[in-house]
Amino acid sequence: MKKTLRYTTVGLAGAAALAFTVSAQATELNVVSWGGAYTASQLKAYHQPYMKANSGVKLNSIDYSGGLAEVRAQSEAGNVTWDLVDVVVSDAIRGCDEGLFMEIDNDAQLAAAPDGTPASKDFLEGTLFDCFIPQIIYSTAFAYRTDAFKGDQPKTMADVFDLKKFPGKRTLQRAPINNLEWALIADGVPTAEVYDVLGTPAGVERAFAKLDTIKDSVIWWTEGAVPAQLLADGEVVFGTGYNGRLFSAIEEEKQPLAIIWDGQVMDIDGWAIPSGGKNKEAVMDFVKFATDTQRLADQAKYISYGPARKSSLPLIGKHADLGIDMAPHMPTNYADQGFLTGFQWWADNRDELNERFEAWLQQ
Amino acid sequence: MAEATVDQSDIMRTADGTPLKVSIGRAMRRNKLIAMGLIAPLLIFILFSFLIPIVDMSLRSVDNSIIPRILPNTIVALETWDGQDLPPEEAFAALAADMTAGRESREIGKVATRLNYEVSGMRGAVMGTSRKISKVKEGPYKEALIKSNKAWGEQDTWLLLKRLSGKYTFGFYLNAVDMKYDVQGDIIAQPDFRQIYVDLFIRTLWMSLLITGMTILLGYPIAHLMATLPLRYSNLLMIMVLLPFWTSLLVRTTAWIVVLQSNGVLNDILVWVGLVADDARPQMVYNQIGTIVAMTHILLPFMVLPLYSVMKTIPPTYMRAARSLGANQFTAFVRVYMPQTVAGIGAGSILVFILAIGYYITPELVGGTSGTLISNQIAYHMQSSLNWSLAAALGAILLGTVVALYFIYNHIVGIDNMKLG
Repeated sequence: MKKTLRYTTVGLAGAAALAFTVSAQATELNVVSWGGAYTASQLKAYHQPYMKANSGVKLNSIDYSGGLAEVRAQSEAGNVTWDLVDVVVSDAIRGCDEGLFMEIDNDAQLAAAPDGTPASKDFLEGTLFDCFIPQIIYSTAFAYRTDAFKGDQPKTMADVFDLKKFPGKRTLQRAPINNLEWALIADGVPTAEVYDVLGTPAGVERAFAKLDTIKDSVIWWTEGAVPAQLLADGEVVFGTGYNGRLFSAIEEEKQPLAIIWDGQVMDIDGWAIPSGGKNKEAVMDFVKFATDTQRLADQAKYISYGPARKSSLPLIGKHADLGIDMAPHMPTNYADQGFLTGFQWWADNRDELNERFEAWLQQ
Repeated sequence: MAEATVDQSDIMRTADGTPLKVSIGRAMRRNKLIAMGLIAPLLIFILFSFLIPIVDMSLRSVDNSIIPRILPNTIVALETWDGQDLPPEEAFAALAADMTAGRESREIGKVATRLNYEVSGMRGAVMGTSRKISKVKEGPYKEALIKSNKAWGEQDTWLLLKRLSGKYTFGFYLNAVDMKYDVQGDIIAQPDFRQIYVDLFIRTLWMSLLITGMTILLGYPIAHLMATLPLRYSNLLMIMVLLPFWTSLLVRTTAWIVVLQSNGVLNDILVWVGLVADDARPQMVYNQIGTIVAMTHILLPFMVLPLYSVMKTIPPTYMRAARSLGANQFTAFVRVYMPQTVAGIGAGSILVFILAIGYYITPELVGGTSGTLISNQIAYHMQSSLNWSLAAALGAILLGTVVALYFIYNHIVGIDNMKLG
């Protein structure tokens, strides 16, 4: 009886495995991104024009919530079904180190600027990496309710941490990243020295001590859509959020909010190609198209994230629906007030600081 | 062989001459095969979607194969090292060779990630060194390695590598209970500021117990009403229980946010009635209260339904008999009615408790800092930190706890007394 059972199981398992390995057609690409308004902007700026020009290629858009869990699982199972993934730079570097993503020869495989400048010179400095083709610069910044305070309005990071002058609840991301930097900036550390100070045990102590001063007034968010909602509901007077989401709350939903660009933390988002995929050439062709100067500038019509190419910046036009100039809503427009996140520093310290942050939250 | 001794003519045979025993056996076997074929899809489904993943995840919690696989020469070279001072030049040369090979195969990042779980900063040390050392073609490697990163000049780094040379490790389980190995390999507690998991396990247990208790308190009267009211009223009640049950979990959770938040429905009513001042609205969501209220509501049907099905079978005549024998309503209820519902309470409690202990999305949304559970940390390690081994260890401990509680329950109440319907 046991033997028959084993044979049946093995037979059916084999059949199931066969069914799973049926591969997609050569011209179908699975493109994975964050979903929502962001994917919508990519569909309009990249996917639709590309499919119009290349009728043989079908781009499937898949949503995910970030991180490398799925890419790693597919790689370990030896069945990579995602052809292209939209990732933040820190995940791209990590995935690259672990061999999850393909390395790119930038100048040979990416489009040059219209004036002939090679890709490696045209992309903003320090945004290109071995396995990473940048699309946009986004930022995490504070917004506040413009109807919350009479008289003086908050302008700086120190104001955000000033409960006396600007009382009320704040919402911050439930993660040490960004919050520790902001705490130090509010405590008087210049943005250029933030990671030097954080690199010392005393600096970490100092950051947590500053966060202690507002801890009781903080609601912690984990989902990117939550802070804008909390601000709109009047649950909080300050909130951190991705600038694109804040833009849509302010300009599209006409919420009484304003962004404090001081201390904004800029981050890079872009494409990475999982290694082991079956359609490498087709994917590379799409990536070359989607990251050329015009396409990156086009995306800014639909969402307020800054293109990662220098040559795209002058081409930024008006919002497709609202008709307002998009250039003043780009994080890159306020680059001098903020700083680029220290992803290498966080790669080293994230595991430990996350535990420490969670322990601090529970105290 | 036993048949051989029996006289052939005594055996009962079927019409075609086969022994009856063989014939029946054949028919039985066919029936068994058909039965097996019928349950085979379920069996295979459970095997592939449940048992194999669980075993695979559990193995990850002790898996340490990355270091021996990617740094094989280093591990061999460290075998003879006595742990005093720094290892000999061969170990440095072996590490340089392993790192160059690991960079070639693009797997050195896995070592970097693994070592960084143990000591913060090792990720940068490994990645930076592997980049530089692949250009160094000849020794001495000791100076070259130390020059590229000072971590290789520290005895602790090498002790760490030596400690992680086995294929299996218990370290993730230690991490999951807020402990760790020190450089000597002794087990010590994590520093205060990194202790989170034990508290979360305890909180998960007591909040699940509390939520189970709340569902009994709230569910018992409803189930009793449903079982005793005339059919047209009880049907209406049943719909009111089932309708939320069929509604999406996310919808119900976000509905509670709308009700409980500071500017939410409940607070507005309290202010309007005058019970609380407008500027002193109580915080009822994004904390423990939020989690307990929302989860109690969401899990309530799992208590009401088994209770109802048990109560439905209790004849009303028992209560009447108890009353006629002189018991008052209260005594009759407590001594006669309630003992008969224990099976339903048991079934409902087990359902609610086990569901609550692994709840993830509701605490994530309404729990804030004080109302999140261990499952939220497991999800974090699965999705963000990618420390799947730690997630597996946390999950295995949770699974172990549930199984242990189940056996305790079985011992005290007896699982045969449970009735789901």
